[in-house]
Amino acid sequence: MNILVCVKRVPETGGRIVLTPDGQEIDRRYLGFTVSPHEECAVEEAVRIVEARGGSSAVLTLGPAAAEEQLRDALAIGIDRAVLLESDGADWDPVSTAAAIARAIRDQESANGPFDMILFGNESADNAGFQVGIRVAVALGRPVINGIKGLEVQGDTVRARREAPGGGWETYELPIPAVIGVKEGINLPRYPSVPGRLRARKKEIERIPSPPPDTGSVPAGPSKVLLRLPVQEAAAVEVLGRGPEAAPAVVDMLEQIGVLS
Amino acid sequence: MSGPVIVLVEAPGGEPDRLSLEALAMARGLADALGGGTAVEALVMGAGPGAAAAVAALAGHRVAAAHHSSDPRLDTYAPAAWAAAFGAVIEARGAVAGIGPGSDRGSEVLAHLAARAGLPMAANVVAVEPGATWRLTRQRWGGSLLEDATLDAPVRLMTAAGHAFAAEPVDAGAPPPAMALSAPASDADLVVRVVSHETPTAGAVTLGDAKVVVSGGRGVGSSAGFAVIEELAGLLGAAVGVSRAVTSAGWRPHAEQVGQTGTRVAPELYIACGISGAIQHIVGCRAAKRILAINTDPDSPIMQVAGYAVIGDLHSVVPAISAEIRRRRG
Repeated sequence: MNILVCVKRVPETGGRIVLTPDGQEIDRRYLGFTVSPHEECAVEEAVRIVEARGGSSAVLTLGPAAAEEQLRDALAIGIDRAVLLESDGADWDPVSTAAAIARAIRDQESANGPFDMILFGNESADNAGFQVGIRVAVALGRPVINGIKGLEVQGDTVRARREAPGGGWETYELPIPAVIGVKEGINLPRYPSVPGRLRARKKEIERIPSPPPDTGSVPAGPSKVLLRLPVQEAAAVEVLGRGPEAAPAVVDMLEQIGVLS
Repeated sequence: MSGPVIVLVEAPGGEPDRLSLEALAMARGLADALGGGTAVEALVMGAGPGAAAAVAALAGHRVAAAHHSSDPRLDTYAPAAWAAAFGAVIEARGAVAGIGPGSDRGSEVLAHLAARAGLPMAANVVAVEPGATWRLTRQRWGGSLLEDATLDAPVRLMTAAGHAFAAEPVDAGAPPPAMALSAPASDADLVVRVVSHETPTAGAVTLGDAKVVVSGGRGVGSSAGFAVIEELAGLLGAAVGVSRAVTSAGWRPHAEQVGQTGTRVAPELYIACGISGAIQHIVGCRAAKRILAINTDPDSPIMQVAGYAVIGDLHSVVPAISAEIRRRRG
């Protein structure tokens, strides 16, 4: 089984986001970088499937030269090879992003053979457009499902599970080759081992220059104008007490707001 | 006069869900801004035999017409087929915009439609202003950052950010006329569909719909530590929630996670026990009407959003609250 995972380099924002003065970017000067949490799980899932069934795994990212760091993280976990679509590092809209990735996947497949499965994160942590994986699947003419928290390969089919609206779980069956949008919770990603890190450091990364694509007749967008932080209305906190002695005051409050029947 | 604004309404079992009603509110605001008597119409999906009930439930939401499919194969969720149905209604009605709810299904269907139709799509929109160029504001980073953007396309496709619009009806209007869609779904679009559904455990409170959520964070300390959280949740008929630290440690299942990569909740009361309040968690619970924080640290970030607080160790405070509830109930 040959699997491709697509990831995106994003800043580790920590507790509080700080913007650049022009409102165009997150101020990244003091931040580390990672991949979106859903994608961390997608990388782990690809490694597990190949460990269990054989085949090979690849990771691909569209991003600046520095995104090599995220590719090496994936190699350290056990992904076999890495492709960097080297961009100007600007914040591309989802239409352009998907067009560039779909083109690169076609090139990869004609050089190295088809992927049985292509994994994306459900949505990127930063832009959160909820669409790049689906756009790539539609461009490639492959079945796709998002939001997946359980995967099981059975012959030429992949059974994929996700949380159902209103509770419970629902299952989908996709013929292979398929595209899957993974959600955090599908697995608990491992930490890379020291030998894994050493191996990853020596691996060759395939670099492909990627200028912004011409999206042709498809209007690109949405087009960013400005980023801003939501106004947080400072709530005046009422301290009901300290320690277990606060219990009667808490239950008074529960009665008052009508949640204690 | 412009074409209508059409909203995808998910109505499992015949009842429109909350996020779909919120999307209708966003559509009404947009229709008003467009002026000239621009109408809001709905495409009701997933109601099955409950389609008539779902249409009736749209009374008071200022919906001028409710389309629904007559192909029973569309009663089961199939993202590509639902997108095709939504696209067909948008085209037939000459709609200026198609809006979906900010749910898993809403964003998935809109993404499919956008990809098929060759259109851009803006997810999790909180405000939209039509004009020569349409301007909108959308959520990034799960809502901890806002993006002002423009969206230019023959049809504007968007999802409404969850809990950013009111779900309540706005007037005493009559139910909209129901209009059956005759076009059947194509077999190719039905390849990916729900093939089985495991219903939740009987009596389990769903996190997304819970009136009260009792949530535990890193401060709970272990899987066993959740016994006190579960006890209080049981007494309150509440759902149990957790922070990302808890699922990353493997203490509780990911389905209970509240936050950017988990569930967004909007209960009457959110009780945050031993949760420091990282922004990634806050975006999942700030739609709660009230937050009670139980934390040893009076300066933790959760206190910035909490309306009530108890300063203390959850391991002694939470059992004391449970005991007090029992005592009063006799």
